[in-house]
Formats: sequence, C-alpha cells, structure tokens
Amino acid sequence: MTALWTLSLLLSASLLGCLAVTSPDGSPLPHNLPPSLGTNSSDGSLSVDLPMALRVFSMDYHHVQAPFEIVLWIMLASLAKLGFHWSGRVPAVVPESCVLIMVGLLVGGVIYGVRHSAPPTLSADAFFLFLLPPIVLDAGYFLPGRLFFENLGTILWYAVLGTLWNVLGIGLSLYGVCLLAQSSLGDVSLLHCLLFGSLIAAVDPVAVLSVFQEMQVNEQLHILVFGESLLNDAVTVVLYKLFESFLRLPSVSGLDVLLGGCRVVVVGIGGLCVGLFFGLLAALTSRFTSRAQVIAPLFVFLYSYLSYLTSEMLHLSGIMAIVTCAATMKQYVEANVSERSNTSIQYFLKMWSSVSETLIFIFLGVSTIQDIHMWSWPFVTSTLLLCLIWRATGVLLLTAFVNKLRRNAVTFRDQFIIAYGGLRGAICFSLVFLIDDFPKKRLFITTTIVVILFTVFVQGMTIKPLVELLYVKRKKRALPTLSEEIHSRLIDHLVAGIEDVVGYWGQHYWKDKFEQFNKKYLRRFLIRNDRQASSSILRVYQELERREQRGVEEEAPPIVDPRSQGRPLLPEEMESIRRILSRNLQNFNNKQTPAYSRHTLHQDTLVDRTRKPLYRHQSLGERYSYNTITHFQGEDGGLSEPQRVRTGLSRSHTVCSISPRSTLLDSSDSAGPAQTRSMDPKAAREDLVSPKHQETMERAARKHLSFVLENEKQQ
Amino acid sequence: MGSSSSSRNKIPNAQELMHQTGFSSAHLLRLHDRFESLDRDNRGYLSPDDFEVLGGLAMNPIGGRIIEAFFSSGQDTVDFSSFVRILAHFRPTDRNRNKEGTQQELPSSRTRKLKFAFQLYDLDRDGKISREELLQVLRAMLGLQVTEEQLQSIAERAIQEADLDKDDAISFDEFKKSLEKMDIDTKMSVSFLK
Repeated sequence: MTALWTLSLLLSASLLGCLAVTSPDGSPLPHNLPPSLGTNSSDGSLSVDLPMALRVFSMDYHHVQAPFEIVLWIMLASLAKLGFHWSGRVPAVVPESCVLIMVGLLVGGVIYGVRHSAPPTLSADAFFLFLLPPIVLDAGYFLPGRLFFENLGTILWYAVLGTLWNVLGIGLSLYGVCLLAQSSLGDVSLLHCLLFGSLIAAVDPVAVLSVFQEMQVNEQLHILVFGESLLNDAVTVVLYKLFESFLRLPSVSGLDVLLGGCRVVVVGIGGLCVGLFFGLLAALTSRFTSRAQVIAPLFVFLYSYLSYLTSEMLHLSGIMAIVTCAATMKQYVEANVSERSNTSIQYFLKMWSSVSETLIFIFLGVSTIQDIHMWSWPFVTSTLLLCLIWRATGVLLLTAFVNKLRRNAVTFRDQFIIAYGGLRGAICFSLVFLIDDFPKKRLFITTTIVVILFTVFVQGMTIKPLVELLYVKRKKRALPTLSEEIHSRLIDHLVAGIEDVVGYWGQHYWKDKFEQFNKKYLRRFLIRNDRQASSSILRVYQELERREQRGVEEEAPPIVDPRSQGRPLLPEEMESIRRILSRNLQNFNNKQTPAYSRHTLHQDTLVDRTRKPLYRHQSLGERYSYNTITHFQGEDGGLSEPQRVRTGLSRSHTVCSISPRSTLLDSSDSAGPAQTRSMDPKAAREDLVSPKHQETMERAARKHLSFVLENEKQQ
Repeated sequence: MGSSSSSRNKIPNAQELMHQTGFSSAHLLRLHDRFESLDRDNRGYLSPDDFEVLGGLAMNPIGGRIIEAFFSSGQDTVDFSSFVRILAHFRPTDRNRNKEGTQQELPSSRTRKLKFAFQLYDLDRDGKISREELLQVLRAMLGLQVTEEQLQSIAERAIQEADLDKDDAISFDEFKKSLEKMDIDTKMSVSFLK
C-alpha cells in the first residue's frame, strides 16, 4: 500500500519534472533541444570545435511531449484510484470522488508552487469531446431498459420539470440577491443570473453515481436518480445555450422565448433520432461481423462516438444521442457478436468510463488552483443555500404529484436521497468556462468551484450516514414482529401476482406493441440468420446440469445456529433472523442492490442463482420441471436472444420460460425452423401459425424473462 | 369504447356484479377485456393453465397458491363473475362509505382482504394455519437461502408470537390481531382497480 503511494508520488514528481522541463510559456526554447545540432548560439563556440559524433544517449522530450504528458496524467489518476482502494478504511468514509479531487488539489498546488503559474486546466473541448462521451456511453449501454421505461414518466418529470424549476428558481433568486447587494454585485444582469442558474442546477451523473457506489440503493431509486441526471443534461445544456444566445442578442422578445422553447424540444428529439439512426446502423453492421470477429467491438465504439459527434455538430443533445444509440444497438449487437466480443465491449466500456471519470475528478482538483478567483461572500453563500433549498422543494413538490400516478410510491427516504444527492460536477465546471467574458465571470467560476467542492465533499461524505440515520429512525419507531414481516412479504408477493393477472392497462400495451414490431421486423433484419432461431435451451440445460454436478452450494449465512426446535429464541438470534428475513424476503418487490458499482461488471453472483428458477417451478408442481427438461427443443429461438443482457444470465432463464402448453410448442416447433428457412415477411406471417398464441406466449415468456432478470440482479 | 349499454350486454349480471364488488362499469369492461385476452380458446371460462402463462406469476413463489385461490373448492374453471369477485378484494378500500351503512360488506373491506390472505396459507381450509402450512409458505418464499433448521425456528417464533390460545396453530382471529398495526387497506390494493 505504501509502495503504491510512493509510486504515485514518484509519478507526480516526474510529471512535475516534465512540466518543469517545458517552460511556462509553452514554446520550446532552443536550449531545450538536445544539443546535438551544434548550431546553438549560446554555446556555439564550444560545439563548433567538437566533431559531429553520434550521440550515444540523448533526450528529446518535445518529440513525445503531448502523449507523454497525457499518459502520465492518466497513470497518476489510475494509481490514485488504486491507492484509494488499497487504503484500508478510507473508502468506507470518503467517496472516491473526494479523494481524487484532493489528489488533484495536491498536484495542482505543487505545480503551482513549482511554476508559480496556473497549472493546466481542463479545457471545455477536451472535456466535452473526449472525457464525457465514454462515461455517458457506459451509462447508456448498461441502462436497465425495462426499469428505465417503466419509470420513464417519473424520470422525465424530474429531469425536465425539476431542472426548469431549479434553473428558474436559482436564477431569479440570485438576481434578487444581486439587486440586494447592489454595491458589489450590481453589474450582474438577470440574464447572467439565469445563465448561471442553468449551469449550476445541473446534477451531474458522474458525481452522483460515484457516491452511490458506496450506498445501498434499491433499483428504482437508482434508475430515478441516474435517469434524471442523464436526461437533465440535455435540458441544462439547451437552456445554457439558449441563455447564452439571448445574451448575445441585443434584446429578447417574447418570440425569442417561444423559439427557445421549441429549441429545447428539437434538441432533445433530434438527439434521440440521431442516436436511433446510428444505433440501428451499428446493429446492422454487427450482423456482418462474423468473419472478422476481432473488430466487432470497435463498431460499437465508433458508431456511438459518431452519433455523439454528429449531434454535437448539429447542436443537438449529444448525450441523448449517445445514450439512445447505445441502448438501441445493445440487444442486436449482443445477439450478433461472439461471446468474447461481448465481453470485450463490456470491459472496454467500463475501463474507459472509469479512466475518464478519474481524470475528470483529478482535473477538477487541479483546475481549482487558479489565479483568477474572485470572491464574494453574499454571492457564494446564497448560491449554496439556494441550490439546496430549490432542489429540496422541487423534489418534494414533484414527488407529491408523481406519487399519485405511480404504482410504487417514492418514499420519503428516497426523496431525501434524490434531493440531497444532487451533486454537481464537471459539467457545470466546463460550462462556466465557456461563458463569454464579462466582468463578473471570475466570480462565477469561483462560485461554481465552491459549489462543486461543497456538494462533492460535504454532501458526498455525509449522505450515507444521514440516510442510515433516517432509516434506522424509521425502523425504531415500529419494530415489526416476525409475523408481521412474514405476512407482509406474503402480501407483497400476492399483490404482485394479482397485478400480473390483471395486467397493466396502457403501460404494457405499448411495450407489447413494440415487442411485436421488434420481433417481426427489426430482429429479422438486424440479427444474423443463424442466431435467430438457434436453441440455446440445450446449452442452458447442459450448463445447469454441469453446475449441479459440480455441487455449487449456496452457503446459508452462518449467523444463527438453533440447536433444537422448541427452544425460545434468544434476542440475538431473533435479530439475526430478522436480518435474514429483511434481507432475503425483500427479493421480490424492493429489489435492493448492494453498492451498484459502475466499475465492475455484475459478474454473476448469479452462479448460485441459476438453480433458483428451477426450484421455483417445482413449487408450482411437477409439470414445470418436467416441461423444462423435455421440451427444450421446441423453444422459440427468439426468446433467448433479446434478453441476453449479461453473459451467462440468459442461460438460466431460457429454461424457465417454456410454457407448458403443448399446443403452443407444436406451433413454435413449426415456426422455429420455418423462420430460418425464409426471411420473407409474408412467409413469416404464415409461419406464425397461431399468431395470437405465439405472440402472447412470447409476450408472457418475455415478460417472464425480463422479470426474472430484474429479480436476479441482486446479491 | 362504444355505447355502454351494448358493451354491458356482453357481461352477464353486470349490474349485480357492480353492486356486489363496487367496480365501476368502465372497470368491469376492462376486466372483461382482460378476461377475454387470458381466455385464449374463447371458452368463456379460465382454467389454471391460462394463468400459468403469465410470466410474473410463474416466477412468483406463491404463484401456485394465487392461482388456486381463483378456483373455489374443487372446480377447475373460473368464469367471469368469480374472476371479478376475487379481484374485487384488491380494490383500494373506500373509507368514506361507512356512513352509508352498506348492507353487504364489500369484498374490498379489510376483513375480507385478510381472509383472502389467510386462505393463501390455509390450503386445507380448516380455518387454522398449522405449523406445517406456515413452513410450506416460508419455504416457498425463502427458497434456498435459509437452512431447514432456520426455517423451523422462524416458523416456531412466528407461531409463538401470534398464537394466543396456545393451540399451536394460527386461527383467523389471531391472524387478524397480529396484523392489526399494518395498513392492509393500502398494502393489499392494486391502485388501478379503483
């Protein structure tokens, strides 16, 4: 551990050395060039005498300067990250982003001390073009689609309306503050305040997610915050550009505001369309990669980046484009490319986004050390307060509305997490640098940095303890008895079952329609012929058999060790039983995910879980287990492919998805091979012999599969 | 959705159903559509395998019991009115109706809800949840995660807590009492069945 720290110190030292070698004004002075040329005027007299011998050892730093420095920065960032994870108890207390910023501050401070000028800052271009796309791409690729679309209404509600509320609120109140403090802040106009409000209201996905890693959040909360932070970027950037263009106009009329509103819509939907286009293109391309499998992952990255760049070029929302592109291409690409390519894609995505994020935080720290700070107590403190207040009120109000329409209400604890977890990050930082110069720009920069540091450090570090405090308090008020817990869970399962029986009117209607469209047209077009109807059931079954033979046993938590049956339980045992229950029984509805970590793939802790589905079926009676074994040939190939979200996951699930109806299996039997034979849509229509049966079976099975996926995505 | 009179004609005893269950006619119609979509062969009644194709239900640990709850003793078909009556248990409770002094207790009342839940445990319909029945449910819900001894001790403790007359089984009244602090009305309702 200490070795790592010394190594990173050495690295920073070398970085400083490199920076010291290059002069502060950037242009390479002649005395830096290797003195091999011998034409240097300063010591020309000396060199003329020496023969032109071959240099055995020389250094030419400028030849490699740019890539060398970049690599050194990345190396520094990664070593800091490594050091963080090895440093004992620190990760429990301090989120990674904080440590990285501190390292950045340190390095920046040292550089400043050495060179007596500002260290290199994060240029907005570098940020938006190189550092942000990998993170957003990673987010989009691993977006849990079903959960996202189920909560899409709420997410949009928070993202669009919430951001608007925050922007307008903060902007207008800040203007009020500026009016009050006329003496020092008099020259900050309303538009400036609104501009500032728009960039400071942006909740940053990078910062938020890095804090959530250490916290236990359930899936629903995670997708709400995450989705909101993704989508609100679109709104923020649009508003920012809008206000900026308003600033450049001589006057702002009502028409301009209206046009601005239209602009928001165009930008959002435009980004979406660009993303869709490139996503489908990528899916189509991946169809043909069977003969050159090694470069298949490259297409994923190329097309996504292309979609980002294209939409940035057209002044549309690049973030929405890249997220849409990734989410669209995912299911088709995963079906088309080999397992290894899939793994490569996933690992590369994780790696790049991780590096990106680390670099961003380090640079945030480094860029804080500047000459250009301007401080103003009223402005800074009021900004901080207003950010907190407006976000809290916004979340409370919006949730009050949205809970009426939602099935799973957003609890108070969730609301607190959403409100308090609104961390600002690098996006605000870059946007503030992009403002056209005006007298108070430095004030804005300083304030932004303060807000970012405050939210990341103070809120980031305290959110976990506060949440636990809240949670514990709630539990202490009414400690449920064991009976209550058991019955309560039973009722949860019951209600979930009834909801399945009743069906969700409206909500799943469109989803089913889309699935039908997907199956009929998109998949046939975009997925390789031989992958469409192949039965992975046999593979799955064999895999499961193998695992059972290997005797993969899930170890029961060895906390409780009751000796006899009729003995009354001790309080500690009671507590541990309660813990087991609350941990285990919440599988169904609450779906707690332990530390969602963006930096590890969800390597299947699901090895043990693969047995569960079979077990559950046995509870329904003999029929199921029998059917899963004997009817594997009849499976409709389309089932496994779209749901192969994680490698290995689909295998367990295709087993369970077989419907025991023999009539359907017959029809699917005929439909299966028939599909491989003909790609003709007309023939396909004939092939879907009992279309209603087929579709509903698949619909049921797919719902089944995706349901199982959600269920299994936990520890 | 067409004129209400003609569509209500599709549903036998619509008025009576509405009165007994408290559903509105729009809801009744939607439930009828759902019934028809579940009933693939258009037989006019549902059988257990119609339910089993529902993916979520199949994965539900107590899915089998829920399905069985629809089929009252012995029969293996459920027609629309029984379907609706069962689902009526899950309507959100209408608390303002107390002043009317309804002659008939609606299925969505708290007691009826609890009775429904009770019957999920009590498969042999003897009016009591025996230790074995409780164990079965626990086993289904907890699955592989807990050992058999732990299951036994959990069941033991649960019965100890609830069993007031010490007959080693939980009667319906004891069941009700153990859940008196729980907000069954909201917990056991499906909001869009209002």
